[in-house]
Amino acid sequence: MSAADLHEPESAGGLPIALTRVEKSFGRLSVLGNLNLEIPAGQFLAVVGRSGGGKSTLMRLVAGLDTASSGGVSIGGRKVERLHPAVRLLFQEARLVPWQRVGENVGIARGVDWQARARRVLADVGLEGRENDWPTVLSGGQRQRVALARALVSAPQILLLDEPFGALDALTRIEMHRLLEQIWSDRGFTTVLITHDVAEAVALADRVIVLKEGGIALDIDIDLERPRQELADPRAVDLQRQILEAV
Amino acid sequence: MAETSVAGYAAGDIRSPVLKGLGRALAPWALPIVLLIAWEIAARTGLVTARLMPAPTTIAAAFWRSLLDGSLLFHTLASTQRALIGLVIGGGLGFVAGVVNGLWKPAETLFDSTLQMVRNIPPLALIPLVILWFGIDETAKIFLVSIGVFFPIYINTFYGVRTIDPQLVEMASVYGLDRKALIQRIILPGALPSILVGLRYALGFMWLTLIVAETISATNGIGYMTMNAREFLQTDVVLLGIIVYALLGKLADVATRAIEKRVLLWHPAYQVKQGDRQ
Repeated sequence: MSAADLHEPESAGGLPIALTRVEKSFGRLSVLGNLNLEIPAGQFLAVVGRSGGGKSTLMRLVAGLDTASSGGVSIGGRKVERLHPAVRLLFQEARLVPWQRVGENVGIARGVDWQARARRVLADVGLEGRENDWPTVLSGGQRQRVALARALVSAPQILLLDEPFGALDALTRIEMHRLLEQIWSDRGFTTVLITHDVAEAVALADRVIVLKEGGIALDIDIDLERPRQELADPRAVDLQRQILEAV
Repeated sequence: MAETSVAGYAAGDIRSPVLKGLGRALAPWALPIVLLIAWEIAARTGLVTARLMPAPTTIAAAFWRSLLDGSLLFHTLASTQRALIGLVIGGGLGFVAGVVNGLWKPAETLFDSTLQMVRNIPPLALIPLVILWFGIDETAKIFLVSIGVFFPIYINTFYGVRTIDPQLVEMASVYGLDRKALIQRIILPGALPSILVGLRYALGFMWLTLIVAETISATNGIGYMTMNAREFLQTDVVLLGIIVYALLGKLADVATRAIEKRVLLWHPAYQVKQGDRQ
């Protein structure tokens, strides 16, 4: 396998996601009702909403961790029935395996040449040369960087992020935003970011939807040029206000 | 103000740190040494009957004698061999049973309550039965040791497998690990601290059951050596045997600690220095 072959899948682009009349209920409790959503390939979508608004359920359906009560989710035109191999998930917690070194965590699924791939992607997230460290010595931000590297190492075409920066301090969060934005624009995977932070959604996404009582209360495009300066732009402030009103 | 300070502080000030360190290192040994000296004096002056409680120097002489004629090494090796064979058999079975029952619900349903019932029988209560089954040779002793070490390892392995963080298991499945990789990379290493706790308990039970098993009937081993010495009223050899057991027990404990330090490198409790550097 040549070096070109190895690099190629890392920029495999994105896959489109489509949810058609999706309903999901747990027992009598309806969480999502008749939801239609098209996410074009390569789009950065942020899903905002209150707790219990169905954000995480939506993400678990796309990831194939749950199945819809009715309606369907498709990725790249094919119906999702279980975990799609091109989809990677970042959780709220880094979920690193404490007894595996950083490099082993990144290459958790192993596969061809995993050590070299892990080293390369660690460098991409700013943790060059840290592959032999134990996860316990890392800070919260570094742990999420490792988790991000672990998601990126298999060249995903869809990246799902379930409030991965919620537990980080403000400065680290901004660093992580820059990093994510840069990697996303390099690689072009479709991104769905679940967040309750409206400023984060406006800073990162092409498009924001607000989920409220199981339906889409607002669907708005964010036409701000990149890279974005958070807080400063009055247009961003105005967008945040609009979204907050819908939440 | 320094001149008028309390006498204790002033004394502390002139003592060098080297001496202080030495004092701290020796402090735990002070009591045993004092006791040994008192014991020696009591035995020599006839305060205690030397035939029932020989002086430490007499025991030391017995140690030296048995070391020179090779009998101490011979009996120690015989005991250690039995202990280790029993540990491998009983511990191995306990580990396998713990992993299988921990991972596979039907196996737990089928076996766990039976095992819990059997666990409450003291292994030593089985001695009459074991003698009927296996006679009084090697198999009987190894069987008893195996039973003694089986349960601590079984219970702790089962517990370790069961208490793996479900979030890690979910992560592993999202990242495409198959069942074999999941067990190898997530479940077994995660259960290891608990398994090692089981091993330490097991080592204690191992010597305990072995001592009793060897006193029933044997032609070698530390248990035999002490029972034989009792016949000839060699109290010094009996006490020597007891000390050897204590040392073997301590050795087993040191060995497990060393294993823990090595395999639990990732564990925060074992990497204080690394953490400090960060």
